[in-house]
Amino acid sequence: MTPDTTNYLILGYVIFSTVMIAYLLSLSVRNRNLKQDIELLQELEQDAQKE
Amino acid sequence: METTPRALKVLDTISAIMFVMAIGMVFFYAPTERVMGQVQRVFYFHVATAWVGMLGFMAAGVAGITYLRSSNRKWDIVSLAAVEISLVFFFVAIVMGSIWARPAWGTWWTWEPRLTTATVVELLYAAYLMLRQGIEDPDRRARFGAVYTILGFISVPVTFLAIRLFRTIHPVVFGASDPGAEGDFSMTPPMLQTLIFSVITFSVIFISLFWHRIRLGNLAEKVEQLRLKMAQ
Repeated sequence: MTPDTTNYLILGYVIFSTVMIAYLLSLSVRNRNLKQDIELLQELEQDAQKE
Repeated sequence: METTPRALKVLDTISAIMFVMAIGMVFFYAPTERVMGQVQRVFYFHVATAWVGMLGFMAAGVAGITYLRSSNRKWDIVSLAAVEISLVFFFVAIVMGSIWARPAWGTWWTWEPRLTTATVVELLYAAYLMLRQGIEDPDRRARFGAVYTILGFISVPVTFLAIRLFRTIHPVVFGASDPGAEGDFSMTPPMLQTLIFSVITFSVIFISLFWHRIRLGNLAEKVEQLRLKMAQ
C-alpha cells in the first residue's frame, strides 16, 4: 500500500517557497538601498563641488 | 538611474511562466510513486536545485580563472553573484533531500558520502562569503576570491561523484545505484519528462537571477567607488 507522505511533500515545498521568497526580497531590498546610497552620494559630491 | 534591460524583463517573464509550468507538471502530470507516495514529488525540485547549485559553483570557478588572467574586477562581481545564488539553491537542495529522506530512509540525516560532501561544499562557499568581508582592499579581495572559488570547485565534482564512487544509500538518478541504496525507483516517461523540464526551468531561473545579482554587484561597486572618491 502507498504510504501517506503528503505532510513531507508540503513541508518540502513550504521551505522551498520560503527560502526563495526571502532571497528575492533580499535582492530587491539591497537593490533599493544601493540605489538610494548612490543618489545620496551623488548629491553629496555635487554639494562638495559647489563649495 | 539605469533601468532594467528589456532582455532581462523577457527572461524574468519566461522564468515565471516556466516555473508555473514546472509546478503544474510536478503536481498534476507526474504520477504518484507507489512505494514512497507523495513525498517523491520533492525529488524533481531537489535534483533541479542541486544541479543549479553545482552549475553556479562552476561558473564562479570559471569567473575566478578569468579574473586572474584579466585582473578585471567585473569578473569578481560575476564570481560573487554565482556563489551567492548557488548557496541558496544548494541549501534548498540539501533541506529538500533531508525531508525526502525522513520517510524514505527513516531519518532526517545520515553522514553518508553524498550528504557529507554536499554539506562540506555548502560550508566551504558560506565561508567564502564571510572571509571576503574581512578584506578591505578590493583588488586583494578579488584575488583571494578568485583563488578560493577555483580551489573550492574541486569539492563540487567530488560531491557529484560521491554516490558513484563510494558505498552509499543515496540513489543515483541517472545510472545504476549501489545495491545498498534506499529510496531508489524506476522513472516512468512522465516522471523523466517532469525532471528534465524542472532542470531546464531552474537553469533559466538561475540565468535570470544571475543577471540580477551581477547588476546588484555593479551597483555595490559604484557605491564603493563613490565612497572612496568622497573620502579623498
